[in-house]
Formats: sequence, structure tokens, C-alpha cells
Amino acid sequence: MKKSVFAIGALLVAGLAQAQTLDKIKSSGTATMGVRESSGALSFTLGDGKFAGFHVEVCQRVLADVQKSLGLAKLDIKYLPVTSQNRIPLVQNGTVDIECGSTTNNATRQKDVSFAVTTFVEEVRIAVKANSGITSIAQLKDKNVATTTGTTSVQLLRRNERAAGIDFKEVFGKDHADSFLLLESGRADAFVMDGQILAGNIAKAKNPADFRIVGEVLSVEPIAIMIRKDDPSFKKAVDDSIIAMMKSGEMAKIYDKWFVQPIPPSNTRVGLPVSDATKAAWATPNDKPVEDYLTKK
Amino acid sequence: MAILGLDIFCRDTIDREFVGNCLKSASGDTTYLHWLLTGWGTALGLALFALVVAMFFGVLMGILRTTPNKGLVFLGDAWTELFRNVPLIVQLFIWYFVVPAAIPALKEVPGFVLAFIGLGLFTSARISEQVKAGINALPRGQRYAGQAVGFTLPQTYRYVLLPMAFRIVLPPLTSESMNIVKNSSVAFAVSVSELTMFARQSGEETSQPILMFLAATVAYFVSAFVINRFMKWVEVRVRVPGMLGAK
Repeated sequence: MKKSVFAIGALLVAGLAQAQTLDKIKSSGTATMGVRESSGALSFTLGDGKFAGFHVEVCQRVLADVQKSLGLAKLDIKYLPVTSQNRIPLVQNGTVDIECGSTTNNATRQKDVSFAVTTFVEEVRIAVKANSGITSIAQLKDKNVATTTGTTSVQLLRRNERAAGIDFKEVFGKDHADSFLLLESGRADAFVMDGQILAGNIAKAKNPADFRIVGEVLSVEPIAIMIRKDDPSFKKAVDDSIIAMMKSGEMAKIYDKWFVQPIPPSNTRVGLPVSDATKAAWATPNDKPVEDYLTKK
Repeated sequence: MAILGLDIFCRDTIDREFVGNCLKSASGDTTYLHWLLTGWGTALGLALFALVVAMFFGVLMGILRTTPNKGLVFLGDAWTELFRNVPLIVQLFIWYFVVPAAIPALKEVPGFVLAFIGLGLFTSARISEQVKAGINALPRGQRYAGQAVGFTLPQTYRYVLLPMAFRIVLPPLTSESMNIVKNSSVAFAVSVSELTMFARQSGEETSQPILMFLAATVAYFVSAFVINRFMKWVEVRVRVPGMLGAK
């Protein structure tokens, strides 16, 4: 029994002790980018194995900088769709080199992975049907509230439920598209999730005017690009590249492109101008976890 | 308790504080163990209700398919092929999203109910196939013998064919009952918070997905294995000497 525990432990350590990412990229000439299928305008699929979004473009520029600094003639970027549940193990075991989705930087995750400087600060909001008359979380008493399995919003809902002393029924969608379908089909009265994911899903809905984002901001969460832990040279390369974009104003332009202008595939607008919290994160680049944001309030 | 990080099961799901009795703190916060047990209970309830639905329709349709009446045979065949040829997850989506769109009254029905109906009907097709095979496995003379002594068709089934056919199909029914527990994990896709949902969500929250999936695996294994042993016991109890290799 003890021996097998050690054996498993040894395997885990061997898995974690990956070659440094920069060396790996240099020797193989490829980098694997973890992307999401439906994480609003941050990272989404255009179908046909193509991916786009704010974080995807930021990562493409980061990898271009990495390619330049490594002096590689050609860098092959492989796109691998990840989910809320498998993104951390895939980054840990080396399948994914850089995850460009909608991952909240929190202290628990920092035990397993590392985050680049925060590129986007998310506000968790409530989406409802426009004709429902719901305008705040207090009105959700005894209502069905949808959220997506494997996200931090589930815990956040629980916390709010206890703090406000209101009781609502949680319905869990298996992904964001599924949670939105719950709202659209009337199975849920509200969908609690990151504001930009809500905005993105509403923009893609059959009738965007039927939905509205309402209520107070339930939580503020730093969203960042995720990389392997204990790889300071790669973290520095990624951070330097991102900070350069923030300083040059390039970041604001990329943001504008994905969150304000019409975006593919349907050429609709998300219509989410850059928030003050995000601006602050760009002005003073940092990789603080969500816990630091909470105590500040 | 702190070995292998198992103490996480005794921590509450909001602040990760240690809860003495491992289930519920004084302020009403529940622990991961409590959540695991709730999810397990939901999965078992789902499987149990689904099994009732599956047995009822499966046995009925299986019998209809062996009757001399062509109309009844067609009904049984159509039922079986319909539910057997559509993937389970697609059937659940249809029950959860498509049917309520056509019949608004169904929107009020909880996902749990729709899930066990869907799961039950899917399994009923498989049971119908087995019951039919069991009845057809009997020598044709049995049916004639029943008719020769003046039994009506229902009486022939009740007193001659079914008592033997059921004994023949007990082993495959055991497999089906175990399958239904395992298939209940698909209900996760229609937002029923059962064991698989617990494993995914808690794995994400605690950053220990392997531990949480192991816990769920053990729960599924135990459930299926208990059913296996119970059915084995039933099999031994209903054995008839001289039949099916029994002594």
C-alpha cells in the first residue's frame, strides 16, 4: 500500500517536472494554446477548428514575441479546446503551454498553476429575460438560477445565498451555452456568470433584445492567461510581452476590437466598454489572485 | 484525516472550514461529504425510478412482441426500435428541451422526473429485447400445452411461459439494473445535480479533481455491486430444481 502511494507520488512529480516551456517551444517549434469553445468574446470557436477572441489574440501576439526572442524561423501554434474542468490538469501535465480562455486567478489555483499579469477584470452579473421584471439579486428568491458547472460562480452564488439569507434553486448547465439555453428555454429565471460571457451569449442569441444584464456586481474577478507553475523564464517572457502591449496602448485597441466592434461569426457587438477595474489592472500590471480584490473592497 | 487530503470532505463548501461531524456545521453550511452523499442519493433515486419505468414498459413490450396478434407485435417492435436507436443523451435533451417547447405545461416538471422517464424508456427498449428473447427461448410446445389445457392467452403467459422466461432473463436483467445506475450519470447533461456533477464541480472548487472523481467512482462501483449481489441472491432464491442447470 505504502509502496504504491510512493509510486503514484513519483509519477506525479515526474509529470510536474516538465522541461521548461521555452526550451520545449524552441526544440519542437510548436506551442499548444488552450482555448475555449464558448467563453464569450474572450475565447470562442468560429467552427472548423478555428478559434478567436480577445485572449486568443493577446496570446498570439505573446507567442509571436516569444518566437522573435527565441529566434525561431517558424512557430507552429496548435489550438486545443479545453473545458472548465480539464484546463488546470492539461496545463499541469504539459499538454497545454498557454491557456487563453476565461480563467479566474485565485489562490487555490495558484497552488497548481501560474498566471500572467491580469489582462481582464471580470464583473459577475445576472442575466435575465427582459420581460421578467427582475432587477436585483433579492428578487431571485425561490427562483431557478442557472450557472455553469466547474466555474467559481457556483461558489459565489452559494456565498451570496447565505449572506443575503435568500433561498434560490440552483440549476447547473454543463457549459455556458447550455446554461444560456436554460435561461432561454425558461428552465431558469436568471443566469449568473461573468458579465462578458453573459454579454457574449446574449449577442449571439436569436433575439438579443429579449435579454438584459441587471443587478449589482456580485463579484470582481481577475481573469488571466494561465501558464505552468515554476517556470519563471516563460512567465517573464509572457508578462513582458503583455505589459508592453498595455503600455503601448495596443491592449486597449485589441479590447476595442473584440468587445466594442462587431465580431465574427455573426458580426454582432458584445457592447461592453472597458471597465474601470480592467483599466486599473492595465495601469498597474499585477498577478494578484481574486482574494486580494475581495479584501480591498 | 489529513492523509492524502481526505480532510477536504469534512470541510464546508463555502469557507473550507473544518466541520466536526463532517456533514453540517451549526450555521447550516454543508460539507463536501454531505454534497457527495446528496449527489449519490440523487443518482440512486434516479436509477431506481428509471428502473421501475423500464421494467414496466420493457416487460410489457417484450410480451407484446411474442403474442400472435400482428398489431401488438408491431407496437412492441416500434417502441423498442424507437428507444433503442437514439442515443441516450439525445433522448434526454429531447425530453428536457424539445418536448417542453411543444407542451408548455411540461416546463414545470423538474429535470429529475424528465431524466428518469428518459432513462427508463431508453432502458425499457433493452429489457423488451431481453424479455422477448427469454420467451422465444422456450420450446414452442410449452405454448401449445397451455392452449391444450384450455388456458386463455393471458393465462398461458401467466402460468406457463412467464415463470420460466423470467428465470431465463434474470442474468441480463441484472446487467441492465447495473447499467441504469451507471447511465444515470448522463442526467448531468440536463442539469440534475447528481454524482457526476458533484465530481466535476467539487473537483474544480477544491483543485482536487482526481480525488473527487475517485470518490464518485467508488460510489458508482458500490451501487452497481450491491445490485449485482442482490440479484444473485434473487436468482438463487427463485431457482427451480432441474431447470436452467439448477440442482
